[in-house]
Amino acid sequence: MKSTFIIYRYDPEVDTQGRYQEYSLETAPTDKILDCLNRIRWEQDPTLAYRFSCAHGICGSDAMVINGRIELACQKLIRDFRTANNFVIEPLPLFNVVKDLVVDMNPFFEKHRHIRPYLINDTEAPERERLQEADNQQFIEPALRCILCASCTAACPISRANPDYFGPAALLRSFRYLFDSRDAATGSRLAQIDSSDGVWGCKTMWWCTDVCPKGIPVTKCLGQIKRLVKEKGKDMT
Amino acid sequence: MNHQYDVVIVGSGLAGLRAAIELGEDTRTAIISKVFATRSHSGAAQGGIGAALGNEEEDHWKWHMFDTVKGSDYLGDQDAIEILTRDAPRTIFELEHMGVPFNRTDDGKIAQRAFGGHTSNFGKAAIKRTCYAADRTGRVILDTLWEKCLQRGIDFFNEYQIMNLTVRDGQCCGVTAYELATGELHHFHSKSVLLATGGAGKIYRTSSNAFASTGDGMAIAFRAGAALEDMEFVQFHPTGIYKLGILISEAVRGEGGILRNNEGERFMERYAPTIKDLAPRDMVSRCILREIQAGKGIDGKDYVFLDLTHLGKDLIASKLGEISGFARTYAGVDVNKEPIPVQPTCHYMMGGIATDKDGRVKIDDQDQSIAGLYAAGECACVSVHGANRLGCNSLLDVLVFGRRAGRSIRRYIHTIGLPSLAGDDPTAETAEQIAKLMNSTGKERSNTIRNEMQTIMMDNVSVFRHKDALRKVMDQLSLLKERCRNISIQDKGRCFNRDLLDAMEITYMLDLAEAITLGALNRVESRGAHFREDYPDRDDQNWLVHSLFRYAGQEPPQFLTKPVTITDFEPKERKY
Repeated sequence: MKSTFIIYRYDPEVDTQGRYQEYSLETAPTDKILDCLNRIRWEQDPTLAYRFSCAHGICGSDAMVINGRIELACQKLIRDFRTANNFVIEPLPLFNVVKDLVVDMNPFFEKHRHIRPYLINDTEAPERERLQEADNQQFIEPALRCILCASCTAACPISRANPDYFGPAALLRSFRYLFDSRDAATGSRLAQIDSSDGVWGCKTMWWCTDVCPKGIPVTKCLGQIKRLVKEKGKDMT
Repeated sequence: MNHQYDVVIVGSGLAGLRAAIELGEDTRTAIISKVFATRSHSGAAQGGIGAALGNEEEDHWKWHMFDTVKGSDYLGDQDAIEILTRDAPRTIFELEHMGVPFNRTDDGKIAQRAFGGHTSNFGKAAIKRTCYAADRTGRVILDTLWEKCLQRGIDFFNEYQIMNLTVRDGQCCGVTAYELATGELHHFHSKSVLLATGGAGKIYRTSSNAFASTGDGMAIAFRAGAALEDMEFVQFHPTGIYKLGILISEAVRGEGGILRNNEGERFMERYAPTIKDLAPRDMVSRCILREIQAGKGIDGKDYVFLDLTHLGKDLIASKLGEISGFARTYAGVDVNKEPIPVQPTCHYMMGGIATDKDGRVKIDDQDQSIAGLYAAGECACVSVHGANRLGCNSLLDVLVFGRRAGRSIRRYIHTIGLPSLAGDDPTAETAEQIAKLMNSTGKERSNTIRNEMQTIMMDNVSVFRHKDALRKVMDQLSLLKERCRNISIQDKGRCFNRDLLDAMEITYMLDLAEAITLGALNRVESRGAHFREDYPDRDDQNWLVHSLFRYAGQEPPQFLTKPVTITDFEPKERKY
């Protein structure tokens, strides 16, 4: 089957603005979109730039916009699209384009770093493991599926409007540590995100949940944080 | 651009990150990686990490040691395996203290599951020894250690490709790297370099490995004089998704999944009556291919079924969610209702850069080393996996030996000052190499050569091997190497020039493919993952030795052997 790929191109060394380039390719229904990009690069245009590595939805490198929707190129097959054999492929929104489909993810990781994404617990560790209830581990389990692909944050309308908003991915990581019974920094973590740039920036629009390639209920997790902020706020008054 | 550090770590997978943490806050450390740190292939590890915690049933490190020795087909060095298995419980508790969110038992301890080749009481029955976080254990450990490094403020140079090691007077004192975003060359001048660059599974057509797994560190170290050890031992994981090679974790069989042939028969019962589907990977891969050869593949094709329909939705959802997604997305299979079509897929390199137990890189069979150069993780060969690695021992290996390498580097850097590079541009050689490639007008394309290499290696140097085919492969590989000289780069830009990196990677992979094939040709016996149809038996008399390859400036590489260290367990016939 012949498929047409219309791909966003921008080379900082040559272009003053983005443009679209068309390629056509013989494809099979089971080809991943990433396979198609690879073949275009190997067989037709070695200058095409995009990120990729594991090619099965675990490393989080290849989030991009495919036919208007944010997807992982390695997790979508030709047969998954009803648009028959026409594909428009663009870089993630929100971030600056470095080249073609490669975007500058530094602002994304800065926010990640900002929420202190590590276990804080200054009490002396026991000789063996710290005990944790199985239910508690299962409660944070959805957030452990996150592969930092930035799909949710790129899709979030609030992130687009407010550059200071932490964004769903960073807040999801907050959720992971806030609700981990082994973490001892609940108070200061909540204080940090109890603001309109923090968790109250979320207006429950579900775009993050909708695009998450790992099926994480991001909006719901952020809702749990909001509830916790309110409960703890009451405790303090 | 020039940088100065105490230590440069190449690779941001678990071995590199664990070493970085061990180096401490007073050590100026840089981690350079060809992909962004969290994209490292350690994150793809699914099933778990082994340690005799005894949380689910009685267990002892000595049982774990025995299983690892037997799993290695007695080629693993037993002093190193003792370190690995004795240090395992401490390693798990340390991870837990850092925040790794392992699944838990009802009483709040770290949960454990069964895995291939792991047994109680020296082979009596399968045992639950594998600690896990659903089927994304590598992902959560990678995230935790990366975030620990962020907390420490360690400098990451993401999307920097290592090009060359700087070695002066037998001392390694830095690396040259290519920045993918700008095309700029950087020199990292340091007292010590740790290679933690992972595997080279992309040498084979069907592989569970990431595109980044092209063996760069192994090949660069080899060219710089390091010895490669036991390269002929390449692990084919029995259960990759048919045609795609995407890994379906051994945890599936650990949780009760069953392999079936076209008659619906649980064929592993015939081959390994005691532990059945939980036999080690080398055996299960061979058994699957034997079934297929006997006409028992599904629909006469080259795959069998992995059946987990009897496990129940709850168990699958809570413990095997990731692989259920893979089966649905890539094979169109609902694992609750249908079996997954599987076949062996290239998964892991038992061999690698020869090191001692503290990560020091060796150059020969006499324990000579390159001062300042260390290696850990899949790119290294200690050797703890010998001829076949057991499942859930690789995460353990990278953490135990990543930490030990970090510790020994920390001691080493206090004994020396920053080596002098006076009057010398250490990037000059690399710049020349790149200029030559960029200006080449040859007609060859790297992807054509790569495809040919992958097919040749898959067809002839995978699970079953034979002298005639191996000889032919040696000739074919040297022709491919010739053709590599005529690769031209179509992308003339400096920003994200993948074309250039592809051209570098194929030369690395061809060097390693040659070492693998030469090792397979020399070793006239069958042991672990290396099976010679023309020599189907293990030969302890002549071949209970490690293979070493050394590049001494001329082709083909020099071949040496080194005795295996045996302490507690004398070689016996390997039955399960």
